[in-house]
Amino acid sequence: MKITVAADACCGAGQCVLTAPEVFDQRDEDGTVVLLDGTPPAERHDAVREAAALCPAGVIELHA
Amino acid sequence: MTARPLAVVGASAAGLAAAETARRSGWTGPLTLIGDEPHLPYDRPPLSKQLLHGTWESERLLLRTADQLAPLDLDLRLGTRATALDAATRTLTLDDGARLACAGIVVATGVTARTLPGADALDGVLTLRTLDDAVALRARLAGAGHRLAVVGNGVLGCEAAAVARELGHEVTLIGRDAFPMARAVGPEVGMLLAEEHRTRGVHLLTGDVADFLTGPVPGTTGGVRLTDGTEVPADTVLLAIGSDPAVDWLRGEPALDTTDGLRCDAYCAAAPGIYAAGDVARWDHPLHGVPLRFEHRMNATEQGMAAARNLLAELAAETAPGPDTPERRPFAPVPYFWSDQYGIKLQAYGLTADADRTETTVLDRAARSAVALYGRDGAATGVLAAGLPPRQVRALRAVVATPQPWEEARARARAVLAPA
Ligand SMILES: Cc1cc2nc3c(=O)[nH]c(=O)nc-3n(C[C@H](O)[C@H](O)[C@H](O)COP(=O)(O)OP(=O)(O)OC[C@H]3O[C@@H](n4cnc5c(N)ncnc54)[C@H](O)[C@@H]3O)c2cc1C
Repeated sequence: MKITVAADACCGAGQCVLTAPEVFDQRDEDGTVVLLDGTPPAERHDAVREAAALCPAGVIELHA
Repeated sequence: MTARPLAVVGASAAGLAAAETARRSGWTGPLTLIGDEPHLPYDRPPLSKQLLHGTWESERLLLRTADQLAPLDLDLRLGTRATALDAATRTLTLDDGARLACAGIVVATGVTARTLPGADALDGVLTLRTLDDAVALRARLAGAGHRLAVVGNGVLGCEAAAVARELGHEVTLIGRDAFPMARAVGPEVGMLLAEEHRTRGVHLLTGDVADFLTGPVPGTTGGVRLTDGTEVPADTVLLAIGSDPAVDWLRGEPALDTTDGLRCDAYCAAAPGIYAAGDVARWDHPLHGVPLRFEHRMNATEQGMAAARNLLAELAAETAPGPDTPERRPFAPVPYFWSDQYGIKLQAYGLTADADRTETTVLDRAARSAVALYGRDGAATGVLAAGLPPRQVRALRAVVATPQPWEEARARARAVLAPA
């Protein structure tokens, strides 16, 4: 799994950090998403998929 | 006999989440997504922000591109309205005359903007709910020196007023409540917002609209008149006076309770095989003990996912019960909404409306940073943050994730704010 984020469209809800804290963080200044791990290990894939589905701005993209 | 489809009515945030979740959770049968708008599912929050402002174009609002939708193998029926639902047979009637007998149905028809008598007859009186609405409003705000009257100072009216001011127009924001968004977030946060809007040059008026003024050209608006006689001349009037759940099409089905939304149980079920999600759904939140309905973007996705999972679990139990049949789960989210006005981002968790107790701490008046705690019946139920770093915002969420005694929550919120 490879993750990309379109940070410029992020609305700062922080749902990704709550769902997969090892993979996502937020910038202190404006809450914009920060990708910590673009190729997370298999045990985190479910959480990442959940985070991508929940993201209210749809900015998390998953590539096989 | 061909397999019955799973049908989702309403092709927006909640409906799309339900359809995607159904596929991800193993629904291999036909999957029908019905939406009365002509567009592919798109996102609404940017309508009153980036789209109105002109920083984003319509294509940017699509929740999924056609390519991203392809793997879902949807029977996508856009521009199609569901006109009736028969609960006992799980059958939908569509406005093209089709009747669709379904395995299960998710109702995700959202809400529609309220309007005022006489508005339809006048050019220049608009509402803001759909992409087409937003494009129409943006077109009217093209060019400079336009006069806009915004009726309703809830979240939608506030956001539209902010953008119109940023575009340089003359803006009057009219509300029944003295302070913007007061009903949702209380008077103290409302006062802070009022200060910001005023500083930015918005005229704030408290009052109720009596009727529309007519413009120089017959059939066009000239603004509004308030019940106290005040006249607000304007070239465009935006009605942002709330919305009504889109349940008219369900009213013929006596098995469904459609009083203020489609009434559901804690699993988001309205009847066997019939679930609801998003702005239209009123359900029993297991932690709050009262039926709730939210018009929040995050809830649309979360509830769409939950409703689809529970519907599939119910269908599995109906057709092939076994030890591996998934269990339905009560839908118990921590509600969340945000609003962007100028540079201010408001973020709220839990229940902030209808509080009987509010404690607001203004951290920096000029920077509009503040925290508010909301409570009901001795328990803290909600929190709002403006201008706080994300780590603190997430920590405040934890304080109200489950309602807890007011004093305890208050102490925990203070600890979050205390300098490290
Ligand atoms: C301008 C604007 C700004 C917003 N900003 C924010 C924000 O900043 N933060 C936030 O948390 N929330 C915000 N929201 C709220 C958020 O957009 C909604 O909560 C969300 O769109 C709800 O999604 P939904 O799928 O439940 O309903 P909707 O998005 O309303 O979608 C329902 C769909 O069903 C269709 N439909 C209705 N009846 C039928 C029928 N009989 N047959 C077929 N189709 C039908 C409708 O046309 C619509 O396309 C905003 C809303 C608006 C309008």
